[in-house]
Amino acid sequence: MLDSSRLILRGKRQDAIFNIIGILFTLVGIVTLAILVVDLMIDGSPRLSYQFMTSFPSRRPENAGILSAWVGTLMVISVTLATAVPIGVAAAVYLEEYAPKNWVTTLIEINISNLAGVPSIIYGLMALGLLVYQFKLGRSVLVGGLTLALLVLPIVIVATREAIRSIPGSIREAAYAAGATKWQVIRYHLIPYSMGGIATGTIIAMSRAIGETAPLITIGALAYVPFLPPPPVQSTAPFVNAEWLHSGFTVLPIQMFNWVSRPQAKFHENAAATGLVLIFFTLAINGVAMYLRYRIRKNLKW
Amino acid sequence: MSTQVTTPLNDPPRVTSELKADVRRVNFHYGERHALKNISLPVPQRSVTAMIGPSGCGKSTLLRCFNRMHDLYPGNRYEGEIILHPSNVNILSATIDPMEMRLKTGMVFQKPNPFPKSIFENVAYGLRLRRINDRKVLQEKVEQSLQAAALWDEVKDRLNHSAVKLSGGQQQRLCVARALATEPELLLLDEPTSALDPIATSKIEDMIFALKKSVTILIVTHNMEQAARIADFTAFMYLGELVEYGPTAQIFQNPKNPLTEKYLTGTFG
Repeated sequence: MLDSSRLILRGKRQDAIFNIIGILFTLVGIVTLAILVVDLMIDGSPRLSYQFMTSFPSRRPENAGILSAWVGTLMVISVTLATAVPIGVAAAVYLEEYAPKNWVTTLIEINISNLAGVPSIIYGLMALGLLVYQFKLGRSVLVGGLTLALLVLPIVIVATREAIRSIPGSIREAAYAAGATKWQVIRYHLIPYSMGGIATGTIIAMSRAIGETAPLITIGALAYVPFLPPPPVQSTAPFVNAEWLHSGFTVLPIQMFNWVSRPQAKFHENAAATGLVLIFFTLAINGVAMYLRYRIRKNLKW
Repeated sequence: MSTQVTTPLNDPPRVTSELKADVRRVNFHYGERHALKNISLPVPQRSVTAMIGPSGCGKSTLLRCFNRMHDLYPGNRYEGEIILHPSNVNILSATIDPMEMRLKTGMVFQKPNPFPKSIFENVAYGLRLRRINDRKVLQEKVEQSLQAAALWDEVKDRLNHSAVKLSGGQQQRLCVARALATEPELLLLDEPTSALDPIATSKIEDMIFALKKSVTILIVTHNMEQAARIADFTAFMYLGELVEYGPTAQIFQNPKNPLTEKYLTGTFG
């Protein structure tokens, strides 16, 4: 006779065991992040102050600050954002909508996936050879931003393509049947409807770029920057100024790396505080992304 | 009426002045698959022509030839002609831009597919594509189209609301309004009620009945009762071939082809 109660009991026990294993494995990630943040906070939070945010680096740890680093990070990220997003979205739209389905396109697609796997320091080497030495753009904010843009381009492309692909064919057909051109379909349907995906991809790309250190060190970003790049806006006409693009710079992770490599414990506290600021930047960017995605997706339903 | 004909007709000559379109020996290939086989079919003006047949018989494929939807996908090939009257152009000609046909026709699909925009913008879409942006003209046309699609009373107070929040039946009538707003010469309906409940279906059917006074309608349906109710002419297709065509009453009451009779009585299909 079939003993169903024992079978059910056994099944339930297996469920319970896997449930516990699953929880444990999930906790590995969460706990690691929590420990990291707590550790940084213990070490770094005493150093977080107005003085720390508004001072240049110094050889006296108690006078040192990260003004040039966080301003540099913002400037480099702006360049990355302004270049990687338009180029990535355009490339994705081309690949999805215009590119003929042949071996050349396949080759391009494979290369983009491969590009995402190239170690970031290789991008630094390329940027050093091409942008710094060949095009003589200097070890500037511009070169730093462009290097990171190349690095995160595949992320933007892949995310945008996924978003475009998730738009149902029936919507496309409705637009085409009304007499729309390809460009009108892209401009008024595909791009607006994939904004959520593009925003998500952009944010992932930016959070990746904000923490990159190796390629920027390779192009020769400075570790000690006791000055700010010239401001991009000014009070006299033409009110904007591109000088900052050609300025030398440093970024938060480089500053952090620099302080960690010093022997004095006080500098290590500075590094921890810098890490906190960096994590805050990343979380803030992610928060904006989540909000944008929520706003955009609220009005989309297929 | 004399019209230029480049392929001989396989039927006796027909009076072209009453026709909106004339399908002549059309063959269609999806890559290797021969989906339409030598179809010839008149489409009389200001009437409803229904295409019926079991799934995969090619009825939707034929419908999508009229606005060249097949051009959106690679590997599709047309042969033969669909002459559109009174302009007397061959829709399938390689020299005709598919967009030209899409600007002249309106299409409603099987599944309601409103854009995730406001109700107003959905209906105004085709007009905006035609660079009509005058607010007054747009409002007038949107109201007319929504009236014609029997949706106006339900949505007149919330034209700025999102179209995707409407019910399925309302969405489909919105899609009809969107197709009507540009005053198409031909209205193509691809199983427009297959996703709808009986009440929404009867609303759409009433609307089709009212619309045929002003526009030529082609409808694909797998619902035979629907064809019997609303169509003036019916074409029965099977495996890519046109088996029988004639006035709806004759097809349903006195089919000439035994295959048609079998399908209508439910012996197969």
